Amino acid sequence: MSETVSRTGRWVDLANPTKFLNFAGAVLPWLGVVTVLVLLAGLWMTVQAPDDYQQGSTVKIMFIHVPFAWLSMMCYTIMSLSALGTLVWRHPLADVSAKAAAPIGAAFTALALITGSLWGRPMWGTWWVWDARLTSVFVLFLMYLGIIALTRAMDDPAKSARATAILTLVGFINIPIIKFSVDWWNTLHQPASVFRMGGPTIDPSLLWPLLIMAVGFTLLFFTLHMMAMRNEIWRRRVVAMRRIAARSAERRGTR
Amino acid sequence: MTAHTAFVLASYGTSVVVLAALIGWIFIDQRVQRRALQELETRGIRRRSEVQADNAS
Repeated sequence: MSETVSRTGRWVDLANPTKFLNFAGAVLPWLGVVTVLVLLAGLWMTVQAPDDYQQGSTVKIMFIHVPFAWLSMMCYTIMSLSALGTLVWRHPLADVSAKAAAPIGAAFTALALITGSLWGRPMWGTWWVWDARLTSVFVLFLMYLGIIALTRAMDDPAKSARATAILTLVGFINIPIIKFSVDWWNTLHQPASVFRMGGPTIDPSLLWPLLIMAVGFTLLFFTLHMMAMRNEIWRRRVVAMRRIAARSAERRGTR
Repeated sequence: MTAHTAFVLASYGTSVVVLAALIGWIFIDQRVQRRALQELETRGIRRRSEVQADNAS
């Protein structure tokens, strides 16, 4: 019991920005190295993977398209949890997490759309269709852009945090829609073939490169998110210190 | 080289460019914030919490 409490206590300690900075400083170099190694292993497996009997070499696009699509949803889920942290506990680090994650999520969503389009052209014969899966992911991309704009629209992060958190939570309804769109509607996009009842339908020779690339990009996401969070904490400190400097200069001027 | 190689290369190429831009932006931002903090600290400006911690000890 006491061990559980102390372990939980250690994680709660990380919610303190200074302790988070120390933690990030210690972890980031290792996380960066592991990310590079896993991604290199994934790329090697991608090169070695056989062509699919139907998709041919375009199956290799799936090794990046699928991780990008998963991460676009995972990133939004993390932002929604951060939004809860802002609204329920009013913790400034939760807003830092949401603000730092948004551009990374937008980049992964854009890449999921672009690589999907580049796969769709040779396989479906079209770059784009307004089916439920593609449209809901496009809406997710627009949500990211809206959140990025809102987090940067106000000078005071305390003011934008609440509005951003509410917008993020309202937008979370889109995540189950994306996931189940292929089951609920008749879409050109194929249904789930990895995370499904009854196990994956992909041959191991293609499944393993996909999973290793997914792990690599997930590690990349966490590395970049931690770096972006650290930058955001520093940015807020710079703003606070400049305010203090301006106030003390004003005081000296009025004397 | 198959007929679809161009699509595969375009996918990986775009991903490299977008991710390089994202990583580059984060590193540049890191340098900008670090320098700004150092510059403020050398001017002797401290955050309120740091001043309080100094007074307490």
